Amino acid sequence: MATGVKTRVKLPKEVRAGDVITIKTLITHQMESGQRSDAQGVPIPRSIIHRFLCTFDGETVVDLDIGPGISTNPFFEFQAFIPGSGVFTFAWFDDDGSIYTDSRAISVV
Amino acid sequence: MALNRREFLGASVAATGALSTPAVLAEGRGKPRVVIIGGGAGGATAARYIAKDSNGAIDVTLIEPSRVYFSCFFSNLYLGGLKAIDEIGHTYGDLAANYGINVIHDWAIGVDRADKTVTLAGGSVLPYDKLILAPGIDFVEGSVAGWDISAQNRMPHAYKAGSQSELLRAQIEAMPQGGVYAMVAPPNPFRCPPGPYERISMVAHVLKTTNPAAKIIIADPKPKFSKMALFEEGWAHHYPGMIDWIGEEFGGGLVSVDPDRMTLTIDGDELDVDACNVIPAMKAGRIAELAGVTDGNWAPVNAIDMSSKVDPDVYVLGDASQQGDMPKSGFSANSQAKVCANAVRGALTGSRVFPPRYANTCWSLIAVNDGVKVGATYEATEEKIARVDGFISQTGESGETRQTTYEESESWYAAISADMFH
Repeated sequence: MATGVKTRVKLPKEVRAGDVITIKTLITHQMESGQRSDAQGVPIPRSIIHRFLCTFDGETVVDLDIGPGISTNPFFEFQAFIPGSGVFTFAWFDDDGSIYTDSRAISVV
Repeated sequence: MALNRREFLGASVAATGALSTPAVLAEGRGKPRVVIIGGGAGGATAARYIAKDSNGAIDVTLIEPSRVYFSCFFSNLYLGGLKAIDEIGHTYGDLAANYGINVIHDWAIGVDRADKTVTLAGGSVLPYDKLILAPGIDFVEGSVAGWDISAQNRMPHAYKAGSQSELLRAQIEAMPQGGVYAMVAPPNPFRCPPGPYERISMVAHVLKTTNPAAKIIIADPKPKFSKMALFEEGWAHHYPGMIDWIGEEFGGGLVSVDPDRMTLTIDGDELDVDACNVIPAMKAGRIAELAGVTDGNWAPVNAIDMSSKVDPDVYVLGDASQQGDMPKSGFSANSQAKVCANAVRGALTGSRVFPPRYANTCWSLIAVNDGVKVGATYEATEEKIARVDGFISQTGESGETRQTTYEESESWYAAISADMFH
């Protein structure tokens, strides 16, 4: 079970219709690979974020399959074309079944 | 001419004497004079080594406004309740009594490099043959919007230890249950690179027992920081969910504060804070600028002996200097001071000058007995003090290793305190 999970998203403050914007996301997560043992030699079970999904008004922007080789606190930066005002949703899927979500409304000027 | 043994000995003693006679003695001004401004890890060490090793051949004056020096190193452990304030306080009595150093508690307010004099706030003017500047740091005005020195009682920096450390600790203790502790971290380069993050660890250590619902927020203009993996691992282990680090990628550098309303704004989002530790951008202590040896915020020096790039009779030690790869730390300043002291004695009395060797280790405490370290050795090149070889603690180390590391830091503290003050 992951503890201390926190998500963070950064979008530009002002966006015009037709802009291509940069989106940065981060989730604080230990990303335990399942390949390590503890001090007693007992394997530590895998516990990672295995998928990240970003949508804009229901349309997929990025959908990532994430493996155990990704390091602690996965940070993703990507770009998106903004046709007009709308809502970005972000979802991080945890091995333990948890889904961490965030959303941001964009109003074009 | 035949020499008998007695005449030979007499002639060689006279020759040795002539070789070691410093230029200043030839000018008939008495003993050569060294003036040192700043009595911290750089200045106190330099004063002690020059006085001790010259056996009275050099007149050493140390100018330091504080009668009690509170070390910035280990002051986080005071914040964490692991040290008493008296344990990090040191006085200058032994330097005066044991080594004949002239300790003057006053501010140096001017340096005339043409006349080779230092002016004190009290009005005295001191001549020097060699001047050593070890003034530590001052803050860059305007580096955190809304904060200036007049706000340091509302939002302490606690980055010069002493009353500021006591104030910050009182504010941590006065936080309401579930309150918010914020830190505005400084941009590079700054004093004690792991210092802000050790401080966060120590604050979390206190809050974990006294105020477990409290939150800690760090607004940081940097994309990463010293020993980051070690700190993040430790924070997740000891203080899960309590510490929120906002780095450059998420607007950690876009901050302003309002000390009257006790708010912190990060990238446009304002939040109420109950205690706020603002650590502004740093520069060399003001006297270095007044002496005209700075270039930008820091004072460039030659790696061979810490002498200023603009004046061979002025040396700059520790945090104020711009020397290359060494971090700004008490250990570094102490190491640089010994090289400088050796060079200054050589120049003034003809004593043997050894090739410079520099070293540093920075220990940090993440929780009780959970110590980590990073360190390196350095050499002097034409261009700078260059890193040779280094080491750093690893993630996932055993509790035993971490405790040994912490105990090593306590031994170091005792050793450097003695090296500076006793």
